[in-house]
Amino acid sequence: MSTGESIISLRSVAKHFGSVRAVDDVSFDIRRGEFFSLLGPSGCGKTTLLRMLAGFEVPTSGAILIDGQDVSTVPPHARPTNMVFQNYAIFPHLSVRENIAYGLRKKGLSKQELAQTVEDALALIKMTGYGDRASHQLSGGQRQRVALARALVCKPKVLLLDEPLGALDKKLREEMQLELRQIQRTVGVTFVFVTHDQEEALALSDRIAVMSRGKALQIDAANRLYEAPNCKEVAAFIGSMNFFQGSLRETSGGTALVDAGPLGQLSASAAENAPGPGSQVSIAVRPEKLRLAWDKPAAGQNAIAGRIATEAYFGDRSHYHVAVEGLAEPIAVAMQKSDRLLDDASSIGRPVWISWAPEAAVLLTE
Amino acid sequence: MSKRFDLLTIYGIVFLVFLYAPVLLLPVFSVNDATVAIFPLKGFTLKAYGQMVNNPALLAALKNSLVVAVGVSVVSTAFGLLAAMGVTRYKLPGQGPVMSVIMLPLVVPSIILAVALLVLVRQVFDIPLTLWTVAAGHILICVPFSMMVLMSRLEGFDRSLEEASADLGESGWMTFWRVTFPIAMPGIVASLLMCFTISLDEYVLAFFLSGLDQTLPIFLYGQLRFPQRLPMTLALGTTILIVSTIIVIFSEILRRRGVQSTKPTGL
Repeated sequence: MSTGESIISLRSVAKHFGSVRAVDDVSFDIRRGEFFSLLGPSGCGKTTLLRMLAGFEVPTSGAILIDGQDVSTVPPHARPTNMVFQNYAIFPHLSVRENIAYGLRKKGLSKQELAQTVEDALALIKMTGYGDRASHQLSGGQRQRVALARALVCKPKVLLLDEPLGALDKKLREEMQLELRQIQRTVGVTFVFVTHDQEEALALSDRIAVMSRGKALQIDAANRLYEAPNCKEVAAFIGSMNFFQGSLRETSGGTALVDAGPLGQLSASAAENAPGPGSQVSIAVRPEKLRLAWDKPAAGQNAIAGRIATEAYFGDRSHYHVAVEGLAEPIAVAMQKSDRLLDDASSIGRPVWISWAPEAAVLLTE
Repeated sequence: MSKRFDLLTIYGIVFLVFLYAPVLLLPVFSVNDATVAIFPLKGFTLKAYGQMVNNPALLAALKNSLVVAVGVSVVSTAFGLLAAMGVTRYKLPGQGPVMSVIMLPLVVPSIILAVALLVLVRQVFDIPLTLWTVAAGHILICVPFSMMVLMSRLEGFDRSLEEASADLGESGWMTFWRVTFPIAMPGIVASLLMCFTISLDEYVLAFFLSGLDQTLPIFLYGQLRFPQRLPMTLALGTTILIVSTIIVIFSEILRRRGVQSTKPTGL
């Protein structure tokens, strides 16, 4: 398994249902052997895109290449992809063993090879001995594993997973996340994973495409999406984020100076393709990158004065909302226990200073 | 569960007695050693059964009825399955009116239907009356029943099962045989049995549409003109009663098994 080489190429792929643009001109590549997630709110087009990869939908325009071959109009049964369905779609009239062997009919295996393949698959999903169970005797997690094994025994070039963990309870979901990642490493197959759960996507994926209204907004590794979102929508969707609006005064040495109205002048690290002076921009800072202090911090940092509006105590950390004059929304601040300054229960209503280093903030165009 | 004997229980028992007591008289009189079906019973005999199996006209009518009923049940179920699949999975233009037309034979009196079909077959197309015309008439009245049974089975059929099959490499045709058909199987069996029964005891259409080859109900009705043949008719009735009871019990067992093994227990 080599990385970098692409196994799926989407070229200006679009899917329209009537006047609705479910997928709107999407182009990107998925690398061989990677765990790739399509992340976005419901209705963003991620499932439609996955169904186009599987062959259940034909693109309105554009081309889908799998391993160099244009499969845009190839029917599902002739594609080198297999899918784990959201409801698992376990065949109710077949046993676990028959379910797993379903796709092997045409592979020309001998009876022994077939039995061995199914046993190996059962071992992979840790369900050895469950082969003769009827599907209605399985729990949700077991159905999920059987669906996974049934798809994997077909040795697909790409495994498609449509929110496979959505129907499981929280604890089981976390277990299955780990297991899914481990199975993906074991078999080395490219996984394309659809989810609306950002934590799940961040925890599992090599790379994530954040989708919204049919577009792929940003395609990056989890840490890049979190630390360097390329637009306000991604910044707001992944984790929580504070935004300060203003107009760009100048950029120099990778740092941008922004006139932020009542907040005065603020600075943030700027990408190389930052817009020209005078553009409307937002400065985005994560709550955990802000610091709170009673006293005005030293110069060279961004600093805003406000009043503590609410405090939520979580033990290992605390979340504060700080009301600032001239801002409609309070600023969210998260502090670890180790550097919590405000142990005082009566901190609500007290004036406080918020500060952050310029490199902790990201400059985003409006 | 309370064990009290209230009015409702008594009503239930009376109802069952009225419903089945006459039917149960059939086997009783069939083994009675007399030509008239009246009490008191004269004595036990299987003479009537001997007459029955030695009557070639009766056996021919029975054979005709079985052939027609088997053919009708298979063809009607095939049509019913296709129609039910079409209706349950696609939103078709004009679906409402088409459904109404298919279901029409359920509400049109069969005597009207029979006359209309006779006019059509003889006057319009000039086709000779045979068992084929009987079967065609029976298919017409069986398809709506078949369709209703199969629609209830296919309602809520999980389309993703067929998608999963396609995804696992099977074409549409193989997907039908490996997924859709087995899952619809209990409904198909129920439909086959129902159509078989309807065809087997249908009288009016068979009377109008049959030629020289009689079906069993018509033969039986004809026999009632001869009082001395009544015991034989009773013997035949008893035989049919026993066989159909066995079939119903068997199919019910099959259906229950089907329900258990094909209904997923949620997620």
